[in-house]
Amino acid sequence: MNWLTSASTTGEKFAVMFLAIALFVVVMGAILFLVDRPRRIPRWVVATAFAGPALLLVAWGLVRPAIITIWNSFFDRRGNEFVGLDNYGRAVTEGQFQSVLVTTAVWVILVPLGSTVIGLVYAVLVDRTRFERLAKALVFIPMAISMVGASIIWKFVYEFKPDQPGVKQTGLLNQVLVWIGLEPQQFLINGPWNTVFLIVVMVWIQTGFAMTVLSAAIKAIPDDIVEAARLDGLHGTKMFRYITVPSIRPALVVVLTTIAIGTLKVFDIVRTMTGGQFGTQVIANEFYTQAFRQNNQGLASALAVILFILVIPIVIYNVRQLRRSEEIR
Amino acid sequence: MTTTPLPPTAPVGEALDETASADGKPRRLSRLEKRAIATKGKLSSPWASGLAILIAILWTVPSVGLLVTSFRPELDIRRSGWWTVFGGLFNGEAEFTLDNYQQALFGSGANLATYFVNSFVITIPAVVIPITLALLAAYAFAWIDFKGREFLFVAVFALQVVPLQVALVPLLTDFVNLGVNGSFWTVWIAHATFGLPLAIFLLHNFMKDIPASLVEAARVDGAGHVKIFLRVLLPLLVPAIAAFGIFQFLWVWNDLLVGLTFTNVGSRPLTVAVAEMAGSRGGDWHVLTAGAFISMVVPLIVFISLQRYFVRGLLAGSVKG
Repeated sequence: MNWLTSASTTGEKFAVMFLAIALFVVVMGAILFLVDRPRRIPRWVVATAFAGPALLLVAWGLVRPAIITIWNSFFDRRGNEFVGLDNYGRAVTEGQFQSVLVTTAVWVILVPLGSTVIGLVYAVLVDRTRFERLAKALVFIPMAISMVGASIIWKFVYEFKPDQPGVKQTGLLNQVLVWIGLEPQQFLINGPWNTVFLIVVMVWIQTGFAMTVLSAAIKAIPDDIVEAARLDGLHGTKMFRYITVPSIRPALVVVLTTIAIGTLKVFDIVRTMTGGQFGTQVIANEFYTQAFRQNNQGLASALAVILFILVIPIVIYNVRQLRRSEEIR
Repeated sequence: MTTTPLPPTAPVGEALDETASADGKPRRLSRLEKRAIATKGKLSSPWASGLAILIAILWTVPSVGLLVTSFRPELDIRRSGWWTVFGGLFNGEAEFTLDNYQQALFGSGANLATYFVNSFVITIPAVVIPITLALLAAYAFAWIDFKGREFLFVAVFALQVVPLQVALVPLLTDFVNLGVNGSFWTVWIAHATFGLPLAIFLLHNFMKDIPASLVEAARVDGAGHVKIFLRVLLPLLVPAIAAFGIFQFLWVWNDLLVGLTFTNVGSRPLTVAVAEMAGSRGGDWHVLTAGAFISMVVPLIVFISLQRYFVRGLLAGSVKG
C-alpha cells in the first residue's frame, strides 16, 4: 500500500487522486443518506451533518494550529524554554528585522496606492469606449498568472548585462536606458530602489483586480447624477474629482484594504526575484526563512503572529468605512 | 485569505462583459445610450487615449517578451534582446524553435512534465473537496435554524483574515508525526482547509439570495433538507459554484507557499519546480521562459474561458490573497 502515500508514476498519482475523490464522495453521500429522513431526525443532527465536516476541518486545520503558533511564539527556537516576549522583542528591535518591517511597510503603502490609482484611471479612460472589453482583458490577464510566473516575466525585463562594447542588453528596461543614452542598471541589486522594482511586479498583478471592481462601481453611478453634473458644466478631470471618486468611495476602500492585506502576506515575488537579499526582505519571507531554513520555531511563530496582528487594523478600518457608507445611504 | 462584503452598488457580472447584465440576458443599448457613447468617444482628449494605450502596453509587453523568448534558440537569447526578432522577421534572420519546451518538459534537469501531472493531481481534489464541504455548510448557515448559528458563521467569516503562515508549522509537525508528510493527502487537506472560510462565506451569500418561498414550497411538499439542497438549491447555484471554483483553482494552481511546505521532490507542483529553477538556473533563460509559460498555460485557458464567472465572484464579495 506504499503507493497510497508515495505515488511515483503518473498512473499511481491519478489512481490516488480518484481514490481520494471517491472516498470523499462515498463518505459525504453516506452522511447525507443517513439524515435524509424528514421529521424523524432532530434538527441539530441534520445541522451537524451539513455544517459539521467543514467546521471540523477548519477547527482542526486552522484554529488549532493558529493557537499552537501563538503558544510557540513565547518559547525558544526549539520550543523547550519559555522566553516570554523575547521573540517579539527581537523582531521589533534588532536592526536586521527592523529593516524587514520597514520594507514591508513600504510594500503595504505603495502596492495598494499604485494598483488602485492606475486601475481607477484606466477604468475611467476605457469606460464606454469601443475597445473597452479588449482593453480591460489586457490589464486583467496578469491576475491569472502565478506570482512565480510574474516574477520570472519581470526578472527578464530587469535582466542586466555589464556595459561593455560588443555586449548587447537582453533585458528590455536596460535596453531602453541604453537607447536614451543612460548606463544600464542592476535593478534588483541596487538598494533601496530594488524594493520598488519588486513592488512594480505586485502592482502589475493587482491592478486588474482594482480596475474590475472600480469599473463596475463607476458603471453603477446613476445616470441622472452624471447628467446633472454635465449640465452644470463639469467635464474631464473635474467630473472625475467631484462626481466619480466620491460616488465610488466604498468600492475604493474595499479595493485598497483587500490589496493591502494581500500584499502583507506576499512572499513569492521576493523569494523568486531576490531571495530576500540586497535589503528586499519582507515579513512573510522572513517567516519562511526562520521556520524552514534557520529552524527557529519561536521567532518564526512570532513573525507569523505579527503578520496576523498587522492585518487586524486594516480589517477594522474596512468594516468601519463600510458601516459609515451604509449609514449615509 | 481576505474578504469584505462589497458595497451593493456594483451590478454583478458587467465589468468585462458589457452585453450581459446581471441575470445573464443580453442588454440592448438604447439609441440615446449609443449616442452618448459616440459623443463621449469624440470628446476624450488625445492625452487620455495616450495614457490608456501606455498602460495597456506596459501591462502586455513583459508577457509578450517572455513568450517570444521561449521560442528563440538558446544562443540568440544570450546574444540579443527578444525585440530584435521583429526586425529579423523582415530580413528572414529570425529563428524559432520548440527545443526550449522540449528541454523544460523532458530534460533531465527540469523535467516539468512530471510536475505538470502533480499540479493536476493536487488541484482537482483541492477544488472539489472544499466546494462540496462549503456548499453543505453554507446551506446549514443559510437555511437550517440551529443553536449557535450566528456565532459560528461570524467565526468562519473572521477566519478569512487569518494568514496561512500561522497554521503552517503546527500542521506540518502533525503530518510528519503521522508519517504522511510529502504525500498528496497532506496538500489536499491543507488547501481544502485554507479555502473553506472564503468558500463558505461566498456560497452563503449566493444561497441567501435565493427566494425563501422556493425553499418553503419544497418543504410544504414534504422535502427534507437533503432533498431541498440537492434538488432545489444546487441547480440554482451553478454560477456561484463556477465562480468560487475558478477562485480556488487559480489559488491552488498558482500557490507556492503550501506547495513548498507540504510537498517533497516527488509530489511538488509546477510553481515550486519553476521557482526552484529560477533560483538554481537563473541565467538559463531558454529553459526558464519555457518553464514559466508551461506553468501559466492552464490557468490562462481556464481564466479566459470562464472570466465571466470569475468577475461575478469577484464582485459578489471578495478576493483571496
